[in-house]
Amino acid sequence: MSTETSTEVTTDDSVQQEQSVVSAVLRSIIDSSWLVVLIAIVASLLLGGVLVVLANDSVAEAFGYFFSRPSDTFHAIGQVLGDTYAAMFKGAIYNTDAHTFGDAIKPITQSATMATPLIFAGLGLGVGFRAGLFNIGAQGQIIIGATVGAFVGFTWDLPVGLHLVLAVLGTVLGGALWGFIPGVLKAATGAHEVIVTIMLNYVALNLVSFLLSKDAFQVEGSDNPLAPAVGANAMYPKLLGNGYALHWGFVVALLAAVAVWWLMERSTWGLQFRAVGANARAARTAGMSVGMSYVLVLVIAGALAGLAGSAQVLGTQPALSSNVAASFGFDAITVALLGRSRPLGIVLAALLFGALKASGPALQVQAHLPIDVVLVVQSLIVLFIAAPPLVRALVRLPKPRQVKEVTA
Amino acid sequence: MKLELRGVTKRFGDFTANDHIDLVVESGTVHALLGENGAGKSTLMNVLFGLYDADEGEILLDGEPVTFAGPGDAMAAGIGMVHQHFMLVPPFTVAENVMLGHEDVIGPVKLLNVEQARQRVREISDRFGFHINPDARIEDLPVGAQQRVEIIKALSREAKVLILDEPTAVLTPQETDELLDIVRQLRDAGTAVVLITHKLREVQAVADTITVIRRGQVVATAAPTASQEELASLMVGRAVSMAVDKAPAHPGDVVLSIKDLTVVDEFDVVQVDRVSMDIHAGEIVVIAGVQGNGQTELTEALLGAMEPLAGSITLAGRELVGKSIRDVLMSGVGFVPEDRTEDGLVATFTIANNLILDQYHQPPYSKGLALKRSAIADAAHTAVEQFDVRTTSIHATAGSLSGGNQQKVVLARELSRPLTLLIASQPTRGLDVGSIEFVHQRIVAERDAGAAVLIVSSELDEVVALADRIAVMYHGRVVGVVAPDTDRHTLGLMMAGATEEANA
Repeated sequence: MSTETSTEVTTDDSVQQEQSVVSAVLRSIIDSSWLVVLIAIVASLLLGGVLVVLANDSVAEAFGYFFSRPSDTFHAIGQVLGDTYAAMFKGAIYNTDAHTFGDAIKPITQSATMATPLIFAGLGLGVGFRAGLFNIGAQGQIIIGATVGAFVGFTWDLPVGLHLVLAVLGTVLGGALWGFIPGVLKAATGAHEVIVTIMLNYVALNLVSFLLSKDAFQVEGSDNPLAPAVGANAMYPKLLGNGYALHWGFVVALLAAVAVWWLMERSTWGLQFRAVGANARAARTAGMSVGMSYVLVLVIAGALAGLAGSAQVLGTQPALSSNVAASFGFDAITVALLGRSRPLGIVLAALLFGALKASGPALQVQAHLPIDVVLVVQSLIVLFIAAPPLVRALVRLPKPRQVKEVTA
Repeated sequence: MKLELRGVTKRFGDFTANDHIDLVVESGTVHALLGENGAGKSTLMNVLFGLYDADEGEILLDGEPVTFAGPGDAMAAGIGMVHQHFMLVPPFTVAENVMLGHEDVIGPVKLLNVEQARQRVREISDRFGFHINPDARIEDLPVGAQQRVEIIKALSREAKVLILDEPTAVLTPQETDELLDIVRQLRDAGTAVVLITHKLREVQAVADTITVIRRGQVVATAAPTASQEELASLMVGRAVSMAVDKAPAHPGDVVLSIKDLTVVDEFDVVQVDRVSMDIHAGEIVVIAGVQGNGQTELTEALLGAMEPLAGSITLAGRELVGKSIRDVLMSGVGFVPEDRTEDGLVATFTIANNLILDQYHQPPYSKGLALKRSAIADAAHTAVEQFDVRTTSIHATAGSLSGGNQQKVVLARELSRPLTLLIASQPTRGLDVGSIEFVHQRIVAERDAGAAVLIVSSELDEVVALADRIAVMYHGRVVGVVAPDTDRHTLGLMMAGATEEANA
């Protein structure tokens, strides 16, 4: 608002009418953060390539006699980069070396499987971000959701269908509870959600470790902190048959994305959440209950993170362990930011991250790269996303809107 | 020093903000630049101050063409500018702010020469009677004093031409009078003063020459003897009635009854002190007072945004204390907040969504959880048309609108449901003449439709123009309720704390 009205130019009604359509379209593309996101991804992949080259032994060897035969160095660089990007492609999307079509598409199904918990948790965080809540608690919400869901899954023996539904509901309730706590604390006492959710992550982690030391959560006759396997009826069915890890949780995640889109864009709750996130004072003056919004948003975010837990314990993990959430809760923050908190963006960002994760083994085996490179590329994406001016400077995009800002 | 602009033109894309503007400012005169918001006044001054490059035309100082690459050049050439939003560092002292950017250092370790700056402040302050302590922190000073610090800053850099951009927008009536005195003193000392404003009273009070700008062009030069109506019509481009056109009130039953209302803020300071007041259907009561005398807290307590410590508020016999904001709004209260950008609108939302911000949860705008988008769009089209909101689309963001159009959106929203009570704080702050006329007409129309209306205003013109009764607030208390024909001097005294027992 303040920059909009700071000069008389943008506020004058006639300007908008007179702007030509083409320049308006161009402007909106340049203004859009999507272009920045895309550039950030490409730039980080390229920079990752530089690191790959620097870390490679054969390149270093060829560089040793660079001045006698420079072509060797360039050849080695080309070889390494070719190997790396090929391995990423083969590991994450389509394996051209496979003998059957079924095997060839395995990587992309693996990427989708890896993306599933990220979609769920990212959607939850995105709802929070748009409502002005910086929820760092997806990790804890995943853990508690997974714990409740797994408990339902391995304790009872129920018919097909019903068991899965109850187990999924368990993950939803567990996650929702872990979101409700910071929500109600913020609404009632003003306790900051960042601190409360971070601390609740530790509570969740240690709680599940504690539970796993109890008999009710252990395989009968064993003392290992590993829960019994979830009953087959409570597992998501495989989407493409038993040869693939991909399960129906992926479809549920896509449906959840549609549901979240409807919630945020087409429902009264979404309007309220967005108003509270954009201007809590105006929302309150218009009669909205800001505190109630915080509670609802964190419950919904927790429920979605709980579903991410279901993708683990009812999808890919053999059994509940204290490592059930891996780093999904934190990766999901990046996914939500990368997806600009919008459902479609989050799905795409989660697929990208799923692909990066899925390509890890192929990079190690085929391109002889440490798994760290994948992590570096992920981190670079975050770095570029977090600094749009950096990206703009990199490719010399014009600044958005006002070229010269004046306070008048 | 004589400042001359010749054919200055500034374009932004296809839009011409300044179209061949000629302007001559002589030293020892006050030149008022009069125009509506968006007319191009500030753009012109930003060109002059070196913040924008002109596309055409030239700037001459004493007949010599000059070019300014930035504010530094302009200041060096003797041009000073006091911006509408002050450029001061709040935790710094007056002297530190004045020396900022022009620090003089002494000694081998280059210590800041604060003493010199303090002397400079004292000297200028004494010369013009500013009463500014060089060691006071900016954040502790009232707004009027901060503005004088800005003027000292400009004068300490030997400004021969002083540009004041909407200087009275943030001032109380008393501070405004003081500022106008200062302007006269500066003029008498030989400074050329350029006063950018859209307030006619000030222009008439101090200007020697008036240049009226409309849509980027100079449309007229006028003498200060011109009547307010003449100046207003030059500014807006059509005849404008300065007086609010309203019939005598026909007060009905008591609608709002406030009894012994006491409100304390978060620091337990009493902001509203045992206020009692009755407002009838079909009348406009204006609460006059210098800002910060409890008006904000009073309206917030009426809305339910602040919990009163004691007292009662009844609306048509129903107690409002303890009700949620939504309950209060839905029981027929319209609320136009003081700060429309902070409290009235969600800038990133579309106009359509802002228009239903307090009614989205009920039919026809939603059914269950689902928003009814066609009903929302229909209502928005109607409201935009009825309230003459100048926008390209109901899907444009509220933040893209000018201040006047934003206020129209807030008003349209609040007046779109049947009201028994309308509360509006500073309804025309920062608006241009055309918009003010419109807003006032709407408020009077609401009164004539039978609503009780409570206005809070610190603009005396508005108080006098709108009110059927005036209640003056001072230090949280209503010090008097008077008739709208009470003379301005008496009102000013009451606003400064003198009690007046009168019945109206």
